[in-house]
Amino acid sequence: MNILGSLFNSSIGKKFLMALTGLVLFGFVTGHLLGNLQIFLPPQKINAYGHMLESLGAGLWLVRLFLLACVLIHVWVAIQLTRENSAARPVNYGVDHTNRASLASRVMARTGLVVLAFLIYHLLDFTLRVQHPEWSQRSFALADGTLVRDVHTMMVQGFSRPGVALFYILAVGLLSYHLAHGVVSLVQTLGFKNERWTRGLECFARVYCWGYFLLNAAIPLAILGGWVKAHV
Amino acid sequence: MVASTPSKKLFSVTLRVWRQANPDQPGKFVDYPAHNVSPDMSFLELLDVVNDGLTVSNAEPIAFAHDCREGICGTCSCTINGKPHGPGKGVATCQVYMRSFQAGDVIVVEPFRATAFPIIKDLVTERSAFDKIQQAGGFISARTGAAPDANSILVSKADADLAMDAAACIGCGACVAACKNASAMLFVAAKVSHLGLMPQGQPERDRRVLAMVQTMDEAGFGNCTNQYECSAVCPKNITHDFIARLNRDYVGALFRSKLQPVSTSAGGGA
Repeated sequence: MNILGSLFNSSIGKKFLMALTGLVLFGFVTGHLLGNLQIFLPPQKINAYGHMLESLGAGLWLVRLFLLACVLIHVWVAIQLTRENSAARPVNYGVDHTNRASLASRVMARTGLVVLAFLIYHLLDFTLRVQHPEWSQRSFALADGTLVRDVHTMMVQGFSRPGVALFYILAVGLLSYHLAHGVVSLVQTLGFKNERWTRGLECFARVYCWGYFLLNAAIPLAILGGWVKAHV
Repeated sequence: MVASTPSKKLFSVTLRVWRQANPDQPGKFVDYPAHNVSPDMSFLELLDVVNDGLTVSNAEPIAFAHDCREGICGTCSCTINGKPHGPGKGVATCQVYMRSFQAGDVIVVEPFRATAFPIIKDLVTERSAFDKIQQAGGFISARTGAAPDANSILVSKADADLAMDAAACIGCGACVAACKNASAMLFVAAKVSHLGLMPQGQPERDRRVLAMVQTMDEAGFGNCTNQYECSAVCPKNITHDFIARLNRDYVGALFRSKLQPVSTSAGGGA
């Protein structure tokens, strides 16, 4: 069996794939948040940033396909692992006792599924723009006169819908909770964690997750609250 | 029930025990009241006393696994109130004393539950899956020589201490029983690390970890979710840091086994 086959067919291999794809997606959501925070700057900043990404052309598609592959592997392997885990303990104990497994670690599948549902909606809404084809028009002129997509207006209009904003806040909240276990767990699975620096790692995860949630939630809240307004 | 000093207050508890006549029949919980319990009795002694009563009344005694009763053999294997090896930290079931319980407690006693550890009878489970994992790689082939030879192979104190921590594993299976996924990772991690940290364990290091993990997977254990329920109940306090070490060892061995060149004259004499 080749290396990929062995990774997909052994318990530790599957965990390794979960950790690696999780690490990639952790990096992506961090970068995505940093990009999104430009909504608090003048509109030309985030519009120029969006244009820069879209002008990568084939490179952008390579990154997108790589990220999509990571999501698919992460979900596919998670399903396999969960099924194997249920089969390994078909009869539960009469007394349900937990020593120290965190709640976040015990609801990974559930938080992950909500995030997945949001991801699909989010891609349809903002990437494919199925509901609002007008968001695809190049209606914004940069300083050099280049006409680009108006990402700023898309975000303001998008999050002016309270239901969408609420779903977004719920999803980033659950994603933060997912990461609260995931960030620490992936370091253990990749084999680098030990007691000597676990406290530091857990501290980082806590600060990161709260920061990730609050900064993400700030975007729709600022739009709904009128602090970030449409520029046209 | 047993000799006790007047200062020790005797009390009563109820044992709610899983009874299952054989692997094929469904089991159920049965309550057994126990009176005049001394706080100095061990938990297994209480089971002995309850069994004496059952035997006298011609009932089938509760089957439970036990041997050394001093926490070194790993035979005793009850789950007490949902926790393998019961209350306390770093102890096996045989080291649990009745002073850990209160008068009037209902103590729920169950077998370890895992597909890989099928129930034989009542509280006794078949744990030979661990033996199979050991047979797959829990050994060395290096000649270790006599005592003086041991001094010729230098082992750093840090490695020796760490290897001894892992070697403390008594193979009781509590890690599997406590894990939400019935994973055997702590056991395998301890066995792999115990030998992998020693110079004598190096020749088979990669083969060992690959074979032991493969045997573990085939035995029907679950997967590690890094919740560390295992190390919380380990009677030898083996740390889950060994699981991180196992993960690292396994992935490294996997890549080496696939990418390293193989001698074209493999198997031939030289």
